[in-house]
Amino acid sequence: MTLQMISILAAAVAVSFGAIGPALAEGRAVAAAMDAIARQPESAGTLSRTLFVGLAMIETMAIYCLVVALLVLFANPFIH
Amino acid sequence: MTVSPLIASVVFRAGPIPVTVPVVTTWIIMAVLTTGAWLATRRLAVRPRRGQAIIEILVTAIEQQIYETTRAPGRRLLPLLGTLFIFLVVANLSSAFPGVNAPTAHIETTGALALIVFFSTHYCGIRSRGLFGYLGSFAKPTILMLPLNLVSSVTRTFSLMVRLFGNIMSGEFVIGIVLSLAGLFVPVPLMLLEMLTGLVQAYIFTVLAAVFISAATGSAEAG
Repeated sequence: MTLQMISILAAAVAVSFGAIGPALAEGRAVAAAMDAIARQPESAGTLSRTLFVGLAMIETMAIYCLVVALLVLFANPFIH
Repeated sequence: MTVSPLIASVVFRAGPIPVTVPVVTTWIIMAVLTTGAWLATRRLAVRPRRGQAIIEILVTAIEQQIYETTRAPGRRLLPLLGTLFIFLVVANLSSAFPGVNAPTAHIETTGALALIVFFSTHYCGIRSRGLFGYLGSFAKPTILMLPLNLVSSVTRTFSLMVRLFGNIMSGEFVIGIVLSLAGLFVPVPLMLLEMLTGLVQAYIFTVLAAVFISAATGSAEAG
């Protein structure tokens, strides 16, 4: 297995496994927000604003994995 | 192999400094926004006409959002955060124009914006609490939190940078890949989704900047 193949595999593993955690977390967050909006429709504005910021925070983890995958593919220090 | 999204092509060199495409795009956006703002506010009237009314709605909406986020009068942070938001919206949506690459899809632009937020956070904190009061706020609630607070002030700037860059760049990347796989009109729904992502990310960047600044000034704790 060459270094290039290992890098491609590493990128695929980083993105696929890195997406699992944020996906579950975003599902939970949206479900909780839906529940809260269903109970208190009048506070939907505050809830959705907080939800968006929270989702962005969670999504950052997946984006980190994506950036690591891009670094491995395009800026790998071990491939010249 | 496709072109790396981490490298921007150089337009020209100003002495030893290479000037890249995103920098030139940023200059064009800055010029358009400045000229637009100058033209829009040239003849202000007490009874607003249509254009002035739209801009007043925009400004008061941003101010209201800042107030709801920080629970402090929004007028003081309005110049910084309003400019940041409008610039980010235009920059994120600029990739909808043919031939234009969004400057926020390159890590230098988002890094510069995150540095602006980093320095203005500390400036606002020092201005509202005094130098020693602000430095002391890092050691609260206990002295054990000092290293964590110091690290978090750097890492949240880093995550601000990477979040915006990753979202916008990955959107463009996916559109490029789909366009190379499928036909002409297939990426259009993805482009619409990307425009929504651009708006949401501009909003999130601004809200997070407001949260960081209000946490540094201590108005969030009081309110």
